[in-house]
Amino acid sequence: MRFSIYRYNPEADKKPYMKDYEVDIPSDSDMMVLEALLKIKEKDETLAFRASCREGVCGSDGMNINGLNRLACTTAISSLKPPIVIRPLVNMPVIRDLVVDFTLFFKQYERVQPYLQNNDETPQTERLQSPQERAKIDGLIDCILCACCTSFCPSSWWNPEKFIGPAGLLWAYRFIQDSRDTATDERLANLEDPFSVFRCRTIMNCTVVCPKNLNPSAAIAGIRRKMAEKGS
Amino acid sequence: MKINTYTFDIIVIGAGGAGMTTSLYLANSGLNVAVLSKVYPMRSHTVSAQGGIAAALGNMHEDDWRWHMYDTVKGSDYLGDQDSIEYMCQNAPEMMYEIEHIGMPFSRTENGKIWQRAFGGQTINYGQGYAHRTCAAADRTGHALLHTLYQNNVKAKTHFFNEWFSIDLVRNAKKNITGVVAIHIATGEIAFFNAKITIFATGGAGRIYESTTNALINTGDGLGMALRAGIPVQDIEMWQFHPTGIPGIGILITEGVRGEGGYLVNKNGERFMERYAPHAKDLASRDVVSRAIAKEFRAGNGFKKDGIDYVKLKLDHLGEEVINSHLPGIRELAKTFAHVDPIKDPIPVTPTCHYMMGGIPTNKHGQVITISEREEDQIVEGFYAIGECASVSVHGANRLGSNSLLDLLVFGRSAGMHAADAIKHDLPLHHSSEEEIKAALIRLERWNTTDKGEDYNEIRHAMQKTMQEDFGVFRTEKYMVEGVKKIEELRSRLEHAALTDRSQIFNTARIQALELDNLMEVAYVTSIACLARQESRGAHSREDYPDRDDKNWLKHLLCFANGKIKYRAVNMKPTTVKPFEPTKRVY
Repeated sequence: MRFSIYRYNPEADKKPYMKDYEVDIPSDSDMMVLEALLKIKEKDETLAFRASCREGVCGSDGMNINGLNRLACTTAISSLKPPIVIRPLVNMPVIRDLVVDFTLFFKQYERVQPYLQNNDETPQTERLQSPQERAKIDGLIDCILCACCTSFCPSSWWNPEKFIGPAGLLWAYRFIQDSRDTATDERLANLEDPFSVFRCRTIMNCTVVCPKNLNPSAAIAGIRRKMAEKGS
Repeated sequence: MKINTYTFDIIVIGAGGAGMTTSLYLANSGLNVAVLSKVYPMRSHTVSAQGGIAAALGNMHEDDWRWHMYDTVKGSDYLGDQDSIEYMCQNAPEMMYEIEHIGMPFSRTENGKIWQRAFGGQTINYGQGYAHRTCAAADRTGHALLHTLYQNNVKAKTHFFNEWFSIDLVRNAKKNITGVVAIHIATGEIAFFNAKITIFATGGAGRIYESTTNALINTGDGLGMALRAGIPVQDIEMWQFHPTGIPGIGILITEGVRGEGGYLVNKNGERFMERYAPHAKDLASRDVVSRAIAKEFRAGNGFKKDGIDYVKLKLDHLGEEVINSHLPGIRELAKTFAHVDPIKDPIPVTPTCHYMMGGIPTNKHGQVITISEREEDQIVEGFYAIGECASVSVHGANRLGSNSLLDLLVFGRSAGMHAADAIKHDLPLHHSSEEEIKAALIRLERWNTTDKGEDYNEIRHAMQKTMQEDFGVFRTEKYMVEGVKKIEELRSRLEHAALTDRSQIFNTARIQALELDNLMEVAYVTSIACLARQESRGAHSREDYPDRDDKNWLKHLLCFANGKIKYRAVNMKPTTVKPFEPTKRVY
């Protein structure tokens, strides 16, 4: 099967180019794209990409495969139409080949103060939280920070510095929704400018591509609803 | 080559659960601490832990940390150090509350407390019945924990050096450890990180085997660095094979599935664990269950596909609601990697390399211990190890499920406390000369300057195959003697292997080559230690020595990089309870 892969090494290449590789994949194989990349790398060790857990929980190997952002380790080759075209995550600075620069992505994540805040007195044992309260953060705590969503979001393309992006906003909502967090008012106030949240145009690319089937779009709607409630 | 120097009070190598627990403590203590990680912190292997964290909170029924201690000592097949196990189990509840307070999203009981599930080898009242002791965030506990720790390190403004790969320890003429040399993967920059204290939290090395649940990054970097610096590793023959990995790819299926009531069946549809462990059945210790499965394969009772034997893990009877609320991650993994929906069909599983019980020997403060010529313990000043890379030793010859996250939290914190105290008592900063720094860069230089040689990928495959075949679930002298020879040969071939990619920017081939150096060291000492221990204990199962031999072998085995072996006594002196004397281990 043919793989067409984006190559760019700033030390050697004037500009990026696509390089083709042939990999033997048996017709009944359940191989993932990551396994093919590892095979290719054994033949051409100059190909650079990130990978770690190879089971879709660490968020290392987000890349654009046949036009959609996804994780190489959970994308079955049999689900794709050949040739398989692999490019780095869209709209992120390329360091080399499929490796992109996460600096801005993590800056946007850190902007939402992604940690529990609670200034009440600390109890001797656990803070109590009912199963119903805990259920409100289901689907919000499971983000793996792979950047598939933010990289695929047109609002992030237009305002990468000012719009936080779907991943950061999903985390913002995770803490707003946690019954143990006491900083909701401050969190909402920090998002009230015209860009941080309001540049979301509900295009929903984030939700379409999330490899964990999470729904950042709904989280953003949730933040807006909270703001409206607070304003009224 | 230009070498920059960065100076800190403390450097932590590795940003998994252990590294970030200790760095959080140190940053909150106001110390000047840096964390070096070869990946972004949330990519570390702690993220893959599923089932949970053991602690006798008593949220589901009456519980006692002493019962937890008994289970852990028995689980270790009496090779665990009882002072360390006591410390871990006693501190477990407080540790759970501490991480809950900083945001850990535990699942909850109806009355709002931390929810706990049953796990293998965990009992109440010294073996009287299943304990629900494992604190869980559904079946994604490791992910929840690692992100919680990262978030709080962001809050504490911990100084991270992400995608920096540590190459080797730097020592001065007096043999003090002065820090590490590391390479920035993105730019190729080489730097000397000079610190008063170096803490290793570098994780496991499961990639020495062909089939493993471990991430691609689990390459034993800390063990390789320690061995090259003349420090031994302890009980490295003790490798845990998890009973339930997906055949082929090795993806982990948590023991929590059996904790919820799932069970194993052979090709005759028989629930065979009843024959091997009449009381605990599917919730016996992992070594016991993995051996039982391997015996079923030998008896011809396994399924087989593509040359791989397996049994099936049945959980459809738990019902959709339990699976979706307690095991959502397992359902997702089973669908993606085994092509079955466990709500309807059982999951194919096979014993798969999972955890390294052995490691760099330490005391309960995380201080690294080596052994003198006169076989006395010697503390290595300024050097700590925590988490999977350490052997403290709470897991002994077999780790209980849900004790690994506990280990990294408790000893991550205890090392942090001890190191912070040492800095406050004016521990000096030792410097290193240019020659001493360069001495730690020898192997990088070797890879950078060898023009022609064998492809290192071939060597890695051959090493993994040898380890899998000769040092797996069952071990025999005849095959291991051959295995040691093969590993020795591969180890010398590796010294002449070559890289073709010499670029500076994000050269992952070079990192893989440096990682293989570390894997090979771990494979080598594993092979030597497996052959040396002439008994069966915990995960180390010798067909030629089928029984445990407390008279001759109730002792830690230490192996150095040159293959030399020494022994240390197992600690049998807990401070607040009577020691648990070795008895026959039955489940």
